[in-house]
Amino acid sequence: MRIPCPLCGPRDRREFTYYGSDDYLNRPAPDAGAGPWDDHLHLRANPAGETHDLWYHEAGCAQWLRVHRNTVSHEIYGAALVAGLKGGAQ
Amino acid sequence: MPELIAKPALEKAPLTLGTCRLEAVDLGPITSVALFPGQEKAMAKALKPLGLSFPDPNSLSAKAGVQLVWTGREQAFLIGVTAPDFGAAAAVTDQSGGWAALRLSGDKAAEVLMRHVPLDLRAAAFPPGRAVRAPLGHMSSVVIREEAGFLILIFRSMARTAWHEIEVAMRTLAARA
Ligand SMILES: [Zn+2]
Repeated sequence: MRIPCPLCGPRDRREFTYYGSDDYLNRPAPDAGAGPWDDHLHLRANPAGETHDLWYHEAGCAQWLRVHRNTVSHEIYGAALVAGLKGGAQ
Repeated sequence: MPELIAKPALEKAPLTLGTCRLEAVDLGPITSVALFPGQEKAMAKALKPLGLSFPDPNSLSAKAGVQLVWTGREQAFLIGVTAPDFGAAAAVTDQSGGWAALRLSGDKAAEVLMRHVPLDLRAAAFPPGRAVRAPLGHMSSVVIREEAGFLILIFRSMARTAWHEIEVAMRTLAARA
């Protein structure tokens, strides 16, 4: 499995640290209440198919990436720098 | 001020095996230059007296023995010269004491290094002018392509491990020759 780092180019997935769903990019407001915060911290979809998640390019450019991939076929459609993203998760 | 005695990270004589040569290199000053947002023009101006330009990812800019090597998003290492005043264009930190440098040369250099760095380092894929952040075994490194081989930057505390790993690869390949 290779992840196409937008900066470093295609790299082995062992160069990356997995973090989790890109839900983490959608941080509720501090006063959003217990419900949204509980969802943000604990509630995750478990898709069989396309997913977006966060990976850290630890052994390369030290950037966070949002990776679009498929949990069934293991195909990787693309990756974007979290630093350049607008609008949180997709 | 205490008197500090400068010591190299590695006190190793150059090692030649077959056509491959490994040596420790003193690069002089190493400065991290981290560009602030929107400061590209100010950076270009500050680099002009050195004849350098801020490098694109996986590349470097070099002039008269001085090089500016890409090391991350909007970050590069200035190697071989005391850093000029970058004003408000960049965050600048002295990295000279943090890194050790090894030079690996010879026509089997790519084959040796590719035993530890999981990238295509052959000249066709990784020609002079290219530089990457890449793992060397489990260590962080900067690998810079040179005409005759590679310049490898490694954390100073891991210099001996890196030397050992590369030496083993050199011996293994030499034994197969
Ligand atoms: Zn990267």
